Amino acid sequence: MLVEEEKIRQQLIERFGLPAEKVNVQRERRIWADIPAANFMEIFDYAVDKLGFVILGTITGLDEGSTLGAIYHLARESGIMLNLHISVPKEKPVIKTISARFPAADAYERELVDLLGMQVEGLPAGNRYPLPDDWPAGQYPLRKDWTGIASKKKEAENA
Amino acid sequence: MPEREFKIPIGPQHPALKEPESFLLTLRGEKITEMTVRLGYNHRGIEKACEARTYIQDMYLVERVCGICSHSHSTCFIQAVEEIAGLQVPKRGLYIRTLIAELERIHSHLLWLGVAGHEIGFDTLLMYTWRDREIVMDILALVTGNRVNYGMNTIGGVRRDVTTDQIPKILEAIDKLEERTKYYIQVGTEEITLRERLSGVGKLSKEDAIRLGAVGPTARASGVNRDVRRDDPYGAYGELTFDVIIDNHSDVYGRTLVRLGELMQSYKLVRQIIRQLPEGPISVKAPRRIPAGQAVSRYEAPRGEDVHFVKSNGSDKPERVKVRAPTLANVQVVAHMLKDGYLADTPIVIAAIDPCFSCTDRAISRTDIESGRTDRMDWPELRTYGINWYRKQGIDFSELNKKMRVLRESN
Repeated sequence: MLVEEEKIRQQLIERFGLPAEKVNVQRERRIWADIPAANFMEIFDYAVDKLGFVILGTITGLDEGSTLGAIYHLARESGIMLNLHISVPKEKPVIKTISARFPAADAYERELVDLLGMQVEGLPAGNRYPLPDDWPAGQYPLRKDWTGIASKKKEAENA
Repeated sequence: MPEREFKIPIGPQHPALKEPESFLLTLRGEKITEMTVRLGYNHRGIEKACEARTYIQDMYLVERVCGICSHSHSTCFIQAVEEIAGLQVPKRGLYIRTLIAELERIHSHLLWLGVAGHEIGFDTLLMYTWRDREIVMDILALVTGNRVNYGMNTIGGVRRDVTTDQIPKILEAIDKLEERTKYYIQVGTEEITLRERLSGVGKLSKEDAIRLGAVGPTARASGVNRDVRRDDPYGAYGELTFDVIIDNHSDVYGRTLVRLGELMQSYKLVRQIIRQLPEGPISVKAPRRIPAGQAVSRYEAPRGEDVHFVKSNGSDKPERVKVRAPTLANVQVVAHMLKDGYLADTPIVIAAIDPCFSCTDRAISRTDIESGRTDRMDWPELRTYGINWYRKQGIDFSELNKKMRVLRESN
């Protein structure tokens, strides 16, 4: 059991010198890896090209307090999933796009931009998603401290 | 007159669309040279709302992400929660979940077949399939108590058992549906109008399907051999035998054949589930507080792969819930399929991915809509807003209006 999963785990640890406790096999077909944002592209490319994780499930954005996180849910055709987690500081939440390799990531990355205020380097220009065009700047709904936009009426009442 | 480019907006509100979404087609003559998609009109704040509710409330909320594949979303969500909590769902519970999943696929595919018929002007097919779909809707109502949003799942199992007097009714319905589906397969393969209308429309090569990340029947109709039920088994699928239907037509016709083939497989699966249905409890008790952890869950919904991510923090409410519905993965694919196609093919090509934009758009709306009367637009304001909105998208009728006025006055 878990032979293939353990093999992938060891390959990641050895090749990129990751601390052993940062790469875990949670259960059959589920590997989680906490990786440094600086090495992201290198590890991501390796996972796709060399380890055969050719399916992109989605990208999850997280508000982790002082950092913003992103989890890339990759899968092999055989069903094993590799979840790569990176964190970037909230003051400068810059990540690199993977939309050149996975065109479907375009929508997932725009969600990170709209809902969490991440900056995605290299994301081509296009319609925003999923918030409306007239959404006020600097309002990121999935941030933990965001509780909504007060209506004009409420603002007037508070003033 | 030299040929020039035309821009045609379809949506956000359009009679041909079942939900609000916006497509902007650029035409040269009858051919589409470019299409851009703008989504988000159905964004309801579900992911954020989940963070403020308990797990069991979230399960009901997530079930309402979509009105068609509601069981898909609730199952996908609780699978992740159960993994974090370390709950072992009893076998009978898993089998019943899988039974509802396949019944849902049957109703969804029959619904699609009707919509596809309608989009190509073959309304007899719509009437036939939707009449037959009532058979499976009745069975779903019999087993779960509801036609849609079944409320069958609970964290740790299912809420209702399948009783012995329901089983013959389910089997009888499946026999009837199988006979009807065989007829539709005959229609699909022998009816020349249908075949000719759908063949070569909305082409998607295998390479493009993989590159663009197509999922579900859309991918399988381009020869992509992927199905989460087999590749990453959940529920009872690990113990069931079925074929993954692949087709190499790579067009709307192929997508029709794949769904018809999947219907036949679903009947086979339902019979197997009934035959192998284990005895025993249907659920285990789940704790209110879920220990800190995270899990990602996959599910083969009728439209393709559903992905849910859940992160817990030890309380009774999740830290983060993420939903990726299959249509979001297929949107880029549609834009690609329409390119170089004909304008008249647009409705069926879009319909052929079986789009569900309610699933695709989930997250945020303004929490407090301006309620004061003065903030509302009156009719002329709304009209001006609309004209300006389209002008910003590059669609301007002012020149045309001027010409029309000149024509009218000269008469």
